[in-house]
Amino acid sequence: MIELEGVGYSYGGGELLGDVSLALAPGSFHFLTGPSGSGKTTLLKLCYGALVPTAGQVRLFGQDRREMSRDDIAMVRRRIGVVHQDCQFLDHLDVAENIALPLAVSGRDLLAETANLRELIGWVGLRDRAAAHPPELSGGERQRAALARAVIMSPDAVLADEPTGNIDWEMSERLMRLLIELNRMGKTILIATHDLALIRAAKAHVQARVLRIAGRRLHFAGADL
Amino acid sequence: MRALAGFLSDLLPGDTQADRVVPPSGFTATLTLFTAAAMAFLAVFALALSLATGRLADRWGNELARTATVRISAPEGQMAAQTAAALRVLETTSGVARARALDDAEQAALLEPWFGPGLPLDQLPIPRLIEVTETGQGFDAQGLRLRLAAEVPGAVLDDHTRWRKPLVRAASRLRLLGWLSLALIGAATAAMITLAAQAALAANAQVITVLRLVGAQDGYIARAFVRRFTARGLGGAAVGTALGCLAILALPSARIEGGFLTGLGFQGWHWLWPLLIPPLAGLVAYCATRAAARRRLEEMP
Repeated sequence: MIELEGVGYSYGGGELLGDVSLALAPGSFHFLTGPSGSGKTTLLKLCYGALVPTAGQVRLFGQDRREMSRDDIAMVRRRIGVVHQDCQFLDHLDVAENIALPLAVSGRDLLAETANLRELIGWVGLRDRAAAHPPELSGGERQRAALARAVIMSPDAVLADEPTGNIDWEMSERLMRLLIELNRMGKTILIATHDLALIRAAKAHVQARVLRIAGRRLHFAGADL
Repeated sequence: MRALAGFLSDLLPGDTQADRVVPPSGFTATLTLFTAAAMAFLAVFALALSLATGRLADRWGNELARTATVRISAPEGQMAAQTAAALRVLETTSGVARARALDDAEQAALLEPWFGPGLPLDQLPIPRLIEVTETGQGFDAQGLRLRLAAEVPGAVLDDHTRWRKPLVRAASRLRLLGWLSLALIGAATAAMITLAAQAALAANAQVITVLRLVGAQDGYIARAFVRRFTARGLGGAAVGTALGCLAILALPSARIEGGFLTGLGFQGWHWLWPLLIPPLAGLVAYCATRAAARRRLEEMP
């Protein structure tokens, strides 16, 4: 569903990534690791179409990224949920409205989805915080709200960039459990993180592959962790 | 036409959620409203100026072109004879529909505004005026002048063209300036709304990023801004137009004395013209905001 073929990406003059080939199959679970500044975020952005590769080809659900219009990208975003380390919200709307935002922008009937929304908010443990505004949330609550927002459209894939970067271990584990649960429901998961403990903890529960960026290339780390 | 269709469909109520995704902005909203109102107020006057000068030009061009004056200056004893001779000449001239000598009372009335009442007219060597009304074809002014010169030495024909032409030209020029002012007001409104919209788009960069991330298409994001600014342009212009019309109504009415200027205002169905200002302002705001939003969104990932 997300395929990269010989993909390279250069900022200005310097090459950040080169010759990256990767295919995320439906239902797969991948970790992406590597030192900070190695291009994890860039690779993720290539995967959800925010960046156009400077070399090679990125195909999102069969479409070549280079041939996609801005509106095509918007349609792809409805099928790929994204969670950032510093997740941004619309601060003037409450948590429930923020989580429902993908439904609103895609013209879905919000009333018909009320039950789903309530269930999802309960699932991420934010039932008591649904009426709060994003600036009032703690780091962990923000991450869980972002995860709920990323999955409310029932996307095919969820990409997370350092989702546990700002939160304590207990909250990280909780977030990982939610992501693993999503994977069991058939979602493709790709998590960029430099937290090896988190990867080890997750591997006990899920068949995960680990990708590592080193020297501008993507390596399959296999089972050596 | 497509802009108009989009304008109407984007303004239809319904997608209130789309309006809510952009945070409310108190101060700049008031400024946009104020500027739209001020521009509409000015537009009402520019419109009134254009229409009034248009009327003036038409009147001077048409009504005055249908009349001429023969002035007879003669010693007192010959005045009556020369007047009768001139009338005879005029009656036999083709193209003259009617010729009538003004009597003393009428001449006194003409002079009264200049010299005040109680003028001893009979003691002054006042020339006699003959009012000439032309037929549709008009007469040959040069030929008539020659005949008058031959038969009535004291007669001078004034067909008004000498002072009418520059007046008509001035009025036409003034009307042109009025329309130009309207165009400038429209352009200034567009520029102002564009600036305000750009400021709003820049201030809401995070909102746009979030919306893009969750799969909002450009049209949806643009609409949220466009609806807001169109409503402000429309509302502000409505208030400004209403105030402008009230100000025009409150102008002292120009009667006979000021009839020359026909009064700066609207007459009859011309009152419908100002009603066009608010929708036009709304359309300008719509197009300006849409262009600004599209430009801005193209620059964002």
